Amino acid sequence: MAAQTSHLGKVKKGRDVIALNIIAYVFCGFIALICLIPFLMILAGSFSSETAIMNNGFSLFPQDFSLEAYKTVFNEPMVVVRAYATTIGLTIFGTALGLALQTMTAYVLVRKEFEWRNVFSFFFYFTTLFSGGLVPYYLLIRQTLGLADSYLALLLPLVFSVYNLLIMKSYIQSIPESLIDAAKIDGCGEFRTLVQVVVPLIKPALATVGLFIALAYWNDWYNAMLYIKSETKYPLQYFLYQQINNIEGYKKMIASGVSGTVVSSVSLPTQTLKMALTIVVTGPIVLAYPFVQKYFVQGITIGAVKG
Amino acid sequence: MSLLRIFCSYLFKLYFLMCNNLETQCIDDKMYMEYNCFIDKKHKKANGSMNNSAQHKRNVFRKRLYGGVGMTVKVKEKGGVKGFFKKVYKYRAFLLMLMPAVVYTLIFAYYPMAGIVLAFKKYTYAGGIWGSAWNGLENFKFFFQSGQAGLVTRNTVLYNIVFIVVNTVTQIAVAILLTEIHNKHYRKVSQSIMFLPYFISWVIVGVMAFNIFSSDYGFMNRLITAFGGEPVAFYTTPKAWPFILVFFNLWKGVGYGSVMYLAAIMGIDTSIYEAAQIDGANVFQRIFKVTIPMIMPTTITLFLLSVGGIFKGNFDMFYNLGGNTGLLYNYTDVIDTLTFRALITNQNFGMSAAIGLFQSVLCFITVLVVNKLVGLYDRDYTLF
Repeated sequence: MAAQTSHLGKVKKGRDVIALNIIAYVFCGFIALICLIPFLMILAGSFSSETAIMNNGFSLFPQDFSLEAYKTVFNEPMVVVRAYATTIGLTIFGTALGLALQTMTAYVLVRKEFEWRNVFSFFFYFTTLFSGGLVPYYLLIRQTLGLADSYLALLLPLVFSVYNLLIMKSYIQSIPESLIDAAKIDGCGEFRTLVQVVVPLIKPALATVGLFIALAYWNDWYNAMLYIKSETKYPLQYFLYQQINNIEGYKKMIASGVSGTVVSSVSLPTQTLKMALTIVVTGPIVLAYPFVQKYFVQGITIGAVKG
Repeated sequence: MSLLRIFCSYLFKLYFLMCNNLETQCIDDKMYMEYNCFIDKKHKKANGSMNNSAQHKRNVFRKRLYGGVGMTVKVKEKGGVKGFFKKVYKYRAFLLMLMPAVVYTLIFAYYPMAGIVLAFKKYTYAGGIWGSAWNGLENFKFFFQSGQAGLVTRNTVLYNIVFIVVNTVTQIAVAILLTEIHNKHYRKVSQSIMFLPYFISWVIVGVMAFNIFSSDYGFMNRLITAFGGEPVAFYTTPKAWPFILVFFNLWKGVGYGSVMYLAAIMGIDTSIYEAAQIDGANVFQRIFKVTIPMIMPTTITLFLLSVGGIFKGNFDMFYNLGGNTGLLYNYTDVIDTLTFRALITNQNFGMSAAIGLFQSVLCFITVLVVNKLVGLYDRDYTLF
């Protein structure tokens, strides 16, 4: 991206080039810093002692370094582990299902010999233009389908999305048609063509769309808030939401969970506990982020091209 | 459990087989045999793997068969009902593959669309969507007369306008300046960090906002007092929230958005920059006279797309950043949070449905208008 300017810059580095360089480095560094600071503050808060936070408030660096908050979280690790298990299960299952559904649909909508593909494309596309709104959807899930307090209420709303379908479609469109024709001549059925010819060719798209779906499942708390009642079924983000907003309840849960010893929930940290819990919930996605970032960039670029 | 798994795998296999068999029959058996003999005779030793000449022969054959490479068989179609069923039969594999998504969309998108009749009904648990009694425009009347309609619509639109302007300008600036950074590592690292907020949920952003703006422990108040100011109770100061919301919205979207503009900048022909250089343009002129005009199409498209959603409030953001605090409603309540509250907190299904319909219709009209505008600008950028 910088090729055009860098090789021109070498010809003669004028004052303007230097000025722009300084602006660019400072501005981008500043924005990046702003993006990083909230993460650092939560991290610092989680490693601080409760009394330091009470006295001084949150800061950029750990004050009076302490692992008390993490110890408290892992006093009763099962509640966090259960929320993790729910979210991981939903994410894996939902992503697999969503990818299968979206690939299959996109493949058909791309095939030129399917005369009705525009009709069906519009059928799907129209749902992004007009929707029934929250209430009919809520009633559908809770009453018509009877999915209240069921994992299906978390799985189904996110499994299919027209935006992902569009990304998938534009990827499949880039496959030379002759390959599909060749497969057909060799006697491949549609399904076999899709699985053995198309799918190996769209692996980057599968990674991109798969990660978009996975991220949607991972970060979902809204559906849990609407449809899930029992605490044991909370996915990770909603679990965090609940505990942060009801931190005293969480402390009591931890205090009662410690068998043998009598711990008063009052003695447990509050503010640092919130931060530690947030880190425990956010950590994995931030650690996984460097490995998946490039697929997101690909997906966004495709989305930008197609609109 | 394992029984269920076996059952599912059988279902899946059955589905596979149906799709495969149906379509295989579609290809004329005779032609297929003829083709196989042709290949076998000529390339027995090729042993399955096709070389170039085999590919060529295949193309020749296909030309003979279909009248051209990449062409499909053209069969004269009959019109009318009979023709329709013939087509259903012809496309049965395609239709079978589309079926899950179509059924899903019918249930989860089209059925709720029919449910908007609830906006004109007095909802009762016994009656459900279809059995409840009609009450005309009562729900809308309540919504508009309570004064909430104007407030939330104003909030939603104003927030979105500010979001669009602030985000677009910042994202373009970041994209342009990122391309000017020649140190590869610096560029990669700063871009990665900017992209990071996109990956976390709004719940976590809510915690971050608490971390910074909490009146007792917040970092912001620490800064204010350090510079000799009076601490501000942000969570009871409605006027602070437009700034906080705009900040976090930008914070979460800056990396994501700049990637799109980066893609557009990378698509610019390098020779234009060379020409500008020869004509004596300095780097700032290159940016304002070349880069920005060249990424205008992308900018306008993205701009109009976001204008299409101007009546949609980002529920996740508003709810986690002050939208759930009664004190702040005047400044943080948007259509989506009001719909949610009417439904969950007040259990007023009719009014909630009315607000939902009001929003859906506004959105639909806006998209149509925007699409028309895009069409006037450039036919290629229209959505449909």
